[in-house]
Amino acid sequence: MKKLLWTTAALLLAIGLLLLGKNTLDQSRQSKVAGDRVLNFYNWGDYIDPQLLKDFEHETGYRVNYQTFDSNEAMFTKIKQGGTSYDLTVPSDYMVQKLKDEGLLAPLDKNKLTDLDQLNPRFLNQSFDPGNRYSLPYFWGTLGILYNKKQVDGRQLRTWSDLWSPRYRKQILLVDSARDILGLTLLSQGKSVNDQNAADLAAAKGRLTALMPNVKAIVADELKLYMAQGEANIGVTYSGEAKQAMEKNPDLAYLVPEGGANLWLDNLAIPKNAKHKEAAYALINFLNRPENAARNAEYIGYATPNLGAYKRLPQSVRNDQAFYPKASILDQLQVYQNFNQAWTERYNDAFLEFKMSR
Amino acid sequence: MMRSSNRKRPFQLYQLVYGLWLLAFVIAPLALLLYQSVSTTTGGLTLANYQRFFQSGTYLAMTVNSVWYAFLITLLTLALSYPTAYLLTRLRHKQFWLLLVILPTWVNLLLKTYAFIGLLGHDGLFNEALQELGIGSHQLLFTNWAFLLVAAYIELPFMILPIFNAIDEIDPLLLAASRDLGASPWQTLRKIVWPLSLSGVKAGVQTVFIPSLSLFMVTRLIGGNRVITLGTAIEEHFLVTQNWSFGATIGVVLIVAMVITMLLTQDKQEVRS
Amino acid sequence: MKKMQKAYLVFVFLLLYLPIGYLLIYSFNAGEGMRQFTGFSLRHYQELWDDTRLLDIVFDTLILALSASLIATLVGTLGALTVFRSQRQLTKSVLLSLNNVLLVSPDVIIGASLLILFTTIGLQLGFFSTLLAHVAFSIPIVVLMVLPRLREMNPDLVLAARDLGASPRQVMTQVVLPNIAPGIMAGFFMALTYSLDDFAVTFFVTGNGFSTLSVEVYSRARQGISLEINALSALMVFVSFLIVLGTYYYQQHRMKRQKKKSFLTARSLS
Repeated sequence: MKKLLWTTAALLLAIGLLLLGKNTLDQSRQSKVAGDRVLNFYNWGDYIDPQLLKDFEHETGYRVNYQTFDSNEAMFTKIKQGGTSYDLTVPSDYMVQKLKDEGLLAPLDKNKLTDLDQLNPRFLNQSFDPGNRYSLPYFWGTLGILYNKKQVDGRQLRTWSDLWSPRYRKQILLVDSARDILGLTLLSQGKSVNDQNAADLAAAKGRLTALMPNVKAIVADELKLYMAQGEANIGVTYSGEAKQAMEKNPDLAYLVPEGGANLWLDNLAIPKNAKHKEAAYALINFLNRPENAARNAEYIGYATPNLGAYKRLPQSVRNDQAFYPKASILDQLQVYQNFNQAWTERYNDAFLEFKMSR
Repeated sequence: MMRSSNRKRPFQLYQLVYGLWLLAFVIAPLALLLYQSVSTTTGGLTLANYQRFFQSGTYLAMTVNSVWYAFLITLLTLALSYPTAYLLTRLRHKQFWLLLVILPTWVNLLLKTYAFIGLLGHDGLFNEALQELGIGSHQLLFTNWAFLLVAAYIELPFMILPIFNAIDEIDPLLLAASRDLGASPWQTLRKIVWPLSLSGVKAGVQTVFIPSLSLFMVTRLIGGNRVITLGTAIEEHFLVTQNWSFGATIGVVLIVAMVITMLLTQDKQEVRS
Repeated sequence: MKKMQKAYLVFVFLLLYLPIGYLLIYSFNAGEGMRQFTGFSLRHYQELWDDTRLLDIVFDTLILALSASLIATLVGTLGALTVFRSQRQLTKSVLLSLNNVLLVSPDVIIGASLLILFTTIGLQLGFFSTLLAHVAFSIPIVVLMVLPRLREMNPDLVLAARDLGASPRQVMTQVVLPNIAPGIMAGFFMALTYSLDDFAVTFFVTGNGFSTLSVEVYSRARQGISLEINALSALMVFVSFLIVLGTYYYQQHRMKRQKKKSFLTARSLS
C-alpha cells in the first residue's frame, strides 16, 4: 500500500515537473510573438522547411501552429468532423475536389494573393479545381518506376506494360494504393486513370492478377526504405519517394513511363471554417515568393510549380529528366479526378481481391 | 452484521466509476457501431452489409486469416514468454529485469519496425548471422516467419508481465516441499508452477490474442501484405473508401469473434476449477 | 542458474534490445538514413535540440501518457474489483466481454467513434479530449492485469481481517490492495505503453495545437523519418533506463534498512 502511494506521489511530481518544463519552453518560444496572431497550419509531417516557418514568424509576427496528418483521407475526416479549426491545409488533387464538393473549402480571394504569375500555368486550372478558385499548387510529381540500375536495364522499362515481362519475376514492389495500381493497369490498356466503366475495371483487374507472379510485396511509405536497401529491383512509387530512396542509394534511378502516367499535385487550400484567414494568405504569399519556394523545394526535394523558384535551383536538379520531365512526357500525364464513394469502393474491392489472390 | 450488509451489495462508488466508463466509452460507441452497421445512407435500416460480408469469399477468407494468425502470434509469444517469465522470477534482481523487459515498449512502434526492416534485410544482421552459422543468406522480409517474429516481438512484454506476476506469487514453500518430496525440477514445473500460473497465462493470452485479431500495420510493413486481415479491411473502409457502415460491420464481426474466444477460454477454466 | 537457462535469458534480452540498439547506433550517424554508417556525429542531437516544436511535443506526450495511465490505473483497478465481486457468472462474462471490446476494436474505429462522440457533445478537441480517449482505451488492459491477482488472492485473508474487526476500508487498504499491488503496477506500465504507442486514436481526437510524438512520427512517414527521431528515442531510452535504475537502487536501499530494523530473515534463498 505504501509503495502504491509512494509511486503515485512520485508520478504526480513527475507530471508537475513536466508541466513546469513545458511552460518554460513555451515561454522561450513565444516571447517574440504577440498573443493572438496565430496560424493553424495542417500539413503532412515534415513537409516544409522548418527554417522557413521561423522566418515567417519573424517577418509577420504570426505564430505558426504546425499540426500534421499522414493521409489525405484522415485529414478530410478531421476537417469534415470539426471540433478544431485549421487555417491552411495541403490536400492532394482529388482531395481538393472532394473537400470542395463537400463545401469544406473557402474560395481564394485573388486580390490578396501575390506572385501568382510565378506559378507555371501547366499546373494551374486543373480539372479538380478549374480556375484555381480554391487551391494553389504547392509541389507536384509523378507516379513512375524506381529501379536498380545494376540489376535492371532502364531501356527495357519504357512503358507500364513492360512490368508484366517474365524477366521481372518476384522483383517488383507495388505501392499499396488501389487508385495508383489499377490506374497504371488501365493506362497499359490504353484507358484513362479516371475510367468509370465496369467492364474496363474488370478487364484491368484480370490483367493486374497476371502481374502477381512478378510482385514481391505490396507496401506503403516504407517502399523507399526497401528500395534503398536493395530488397527489390523495381518499385512502383511516387517521384518524391523515389527521390529519397535515390539519395540513400546511388544505384537507383527513376523514370516516368511513356504513354501516360499519373500527375499528382499537393495544393495549398484554406478550409471554410478557418479562423485566421489573413494569416493563411500571408503564409501562402510568403511561400510563393520565388526565393522562399526555391529554399522549400531544396529542403523537400519535390518538384516545384513555381517558375521563379525553378530558375533558382541548381543546374543538376533542373536538368533531371526524371523529376522535371520533358514536355512530351508531361503532356501525357493524367491527374486523378475524385470518384464518388461507389467507384472508390469498386476500385478498392478490385484491389483487395488482387491482394488476396496470392 | 457486516457480512449481511455485504451480501445485499449496496451500490458502491467504485462500481459507479467503472460503470460510467463502460457506459460512455464502451456501450455508447458499441451502440453507435451497431447502428452504423445496419443503417443506409438514406436513413433506413438494412442487413445488406452483413449479407455482403458473409457472402463474400474475400472477407470470409480474411476472417479465417485474422483468427489463424492471431492464434499463431499468441502461440509463439507464449512459447517465448513462459520460460522467460519463469527464469526471471528466479533472478536476484527480478523486479529490475522485469522493468527492462517493459522499457523497449516505450520506443515508437513504427521506428522499431523500421529497425527490423534493416535487421531482416538481405544484408542485415540476421542474414549475416545465418551466414556465420553456415546456413546461408535467405529472403527473410515479406515471409510469414518475419511477420510472426516482429508481431511476437511487439507482444512479448504483454505476455511476460502477467505470467511473471503469477509465477512470482507462488509460495516458495510449495516449491521447496515439492523438491523435498523428491520431485524433479521438471515435475515441479509441470505439476505445481504451471497449474498455479494459469491465471497469468490466461491474462497474457487475452492481452495478446484479442488485439492481434485486428493487426494491420505489421502485416503490411514486414509481411508486404502477403497476409490480409480484417484489421486491414477496416482501415481501408474507414479511411480510403470512407464506407464507415461497412467498416462498422467488420468491427462488429471482430467483436463477436472476440466474445466467442473469450467464452471458449473461460469455459475451460470453469471446468478445471 | 544453469548455463542453458542463462543463455536463454540472454537470447530474449538480445531480441528485445536488438531493434533499440540498431536505432541508437544510427542516431550517431553522420549521414542520413539507417542504411550506411558513414561516421560518428552528434549532429542529429543538435537538430533535436534546435527543434523546439518537437521538444514541446515530447513534453505534451509525456504529460499526457503519465496522467492518462495514472487515471486509467485507478479506474481499471476499481473495474477489476467490480468484475471480481459480481456474483453471477453471467454478469462476470458480460462485464469482461464489454471490458475487452476496446481491446479488439481497431484504433481507427475507436478514434472515429470517439471523434463523433466528442463533437456531438461539443467537447473541444485538444489535450482534454485526448486524455479522455487515452484513459478510455487503457482501462481494459489494467483490468486484465489486476483481475488475476484478485482471483489468486486467498479469500480467507479477507474473511479473517473482517472477523478481526477490520472496517471495509481497512480491509481494502491493508489486505486487498497490498495483495494486488503487482497487478496494479503491471497495469500502469501497460497503460503507459498503450498511451505512448497510440497513433490512430490520438490523431482523430486531438486538435487545437495539441499533438503527440506518435502522431508526429507517423505523419513523417511519407517524407521519411529523419534520424532526429532516433536521437530523441535514444535519449528517452537513456532517461527511462536511469529512472528504472534509480528507483530500483532506492528500493533496494530502503528494503535493506527495513530488514536491518526488523531483523526479518530473508523469505527464501532463491
